[in-house]
Amino acid sequence: MIEVENLTKQYGAVRAVDQISFRVDKGEILGFLGPNGAGKTTTMRILTGFLPATSGTARLAGFDVFENSLEVRKRIGYLPENPPLYPDMSVEGYLDTVARLKLLPSDRRKARVDAAMEMARVTEKRRELIKRLSRGYKQRVGLAQALVHDPEVIILDEPTVGLDPKQIIEVRHLIKGLAGDHTILLSTHILPEVSMTCDRVVIINQGRIVANTPVNAPGQDRGTEIVMVEVKPGGGGAGQVRTLLERIPGVKRVRTEPPEGTGRVQARVECESGRDLRSRIAADLVAQGHELLELRASRVSLEDIFLQATTQEPVEAGATEKIIAGGER
Amino acid sequence: MKGTNAVFRKEMSLYFVSPIAYVAIGAFLFLAGLFFQGILAEATEYSMRAAMQAMQFGTPFEIDVPGETMRGFFGVTGTILLFIVPMLTMGSYAEERRRGTMELLMTSPITDLEIVLGKYLAALSLFLIMLLPTALQMVILFKASDPVPPWRLLVCGYIGVMLLGGALLALGQFVSSLTESQIIAGIWTFLLFLMLWVVDFVVRGSAGSVAGDVGQYLSILKHLNDFIRGVVDSSNLIYYFSLIALGLILTLRSLDSMRWRRA
Repeated sequence: MIEVENLTKQYGAVRAVDQISFRVDKGEILGFLGPNGAGKTTTMRILTGFLPATSGTARLAGFDVFENSLEVRKRIGYLPENPPLYPDMSVEGYLDTVARLKLLPSDRRKARVDAAMEMARVTEKRRELIKRLSRGYKQRVGLAQALVHDPEVIILDEPTVGLDPKQIIEVRHLIKGLAGDHTILLSTHILPEVSMTCDRVVIINQGRIVANTPVNAPGQDRGTEIVMVEVKPGGGGAGQVRTLLERIPGVKRVRTEPPEGTGRVQARVECESGRDLRSRIAADLVAQGHELLELRASRVSLEDIFLQATTQEPVEAGATEKIIAGGER
Repeated sequence: MKGTNAVFRKEMSLYFVSPIAYVAIGAFLFLAGLFFQGILAEATEYSMRAAMQAMQFGTPFEIDVPGETMRGFFGVTGTILLFIVPMLTMGSYAEERRRGTMELLMTSPITDLEIVLGKYLAALSLFLIMLLPTALQMVILFKASDPVPPWRLLVCGYIGVMLLGGALLALGQFVSSLTESQIIAGIWTFLLFLMLWVVDFVVRGSAGSVAGDVGQYLSILKHLNDFIRGVVDSSNLIYYFSLIALGLILTLRSLDSMRWRRA
């Protein structure tokens, strides 16, 4: 539904978006994850026809966003980072205005405005002036605005910013409910948002795509299982522990590091997917006379990917935390 | 032109909930009424004095009171507009940019030209609504005059004022599209109008030279004078229509450059 190829956007000397390519299939929810200033908003603005790209192509429902901008815009619902509201209009009046701007035929307008208000749960505020609404309601009116013309593609720039936790959950449910009939591209710098809402995630940093990976529901296989073990080696030391672990069928890779001075060995064992080797590992270690101190299963989480992808340069520990938590604002 | 219509309706519905439009219209009608009354009183007094002198010296002396009143009124209306129009146009793009709704308009399936035309026609309509109540003064003037003054003066006067207003609105909307602050837009618009008003005065020393001629030609109220005298001259039509076209084209360019600027 959305095909982006080698898209580049240059602002003077700054390359906001650098040769990015990705695609979103029909009915899919794609999460656009990255620290602030990574190029998420710029990419979205190019897709919505607000900004022209410097080079590369973007197609939406088969239409080129530069050559057939109007056709593309008809098919897109877009919620920018700050909801584009007219504070002096009532919720209903505003949505009717947007429906007209989206060239919705007059016979469908009333029904679509009602449907959008229902979906975004703002029906009870329909007669209220937008300027009197709380931040959360304003955001939902912004969401209703993106849905009012029943677009094939919905592009949401940070849709949950400024909402309280209960509202965030509601909005996420709403977004999930829209998938299937609609293709959704949403951006966020909040990691859990992606794992909870999206089918796939594209991680973008400094204008480049650094990862493009499916997101699976918690508890499901993620490709690689990891077992962390800590032992007090009996004989042969760390080397022997390592050889022992590597010989277990199903183990792909072992990394050991003896913490200094403690006489212990920590090992990170990567196993093939879908195999739970914990009992085997424990049994083998004990059988060889090693003292097993700790054994726990871990998996490659989105967080690992995100951190790995966005911290190629040495970053202070504090700064890394900030990226995950989206520490700006 | 469905897009133009959508933008037009949006603009009109916002005008009538915004206090600025009411304040501007109120101020205009108050000033127009005040000056009309003043001009009428002065013309009446002058004519009475003239009539008395005529009786004393036995020389016929006639003053065209309704004609003088109309000429004076349209002239002063032109000047008032230089102060009122910036209020009407200062927010038209600046506010959209500040609120982020420009992004909504520019990602809707409508062209930039449709946005510009919709906004311009809405401002023009508001301007005509503002002008409409002054017709009441004209009705009273025509009822009270015997013989009825020439219609030509009335029609040409209104055509001139509308063209002047149309040109000011187009220029004002362009200035509004350059900034996110409606206050800054208002100030710059007023300065621009002031320049166009006094440009002939500024270059008066160089009369006869090219600069002098250009200054005379650019002066925005000078072109109203022929209309006020009941004459529709094509050079004045060309002047005002050129300003309207210039304002709209510049606004269109300005929208285009919004798409290229770093947001």
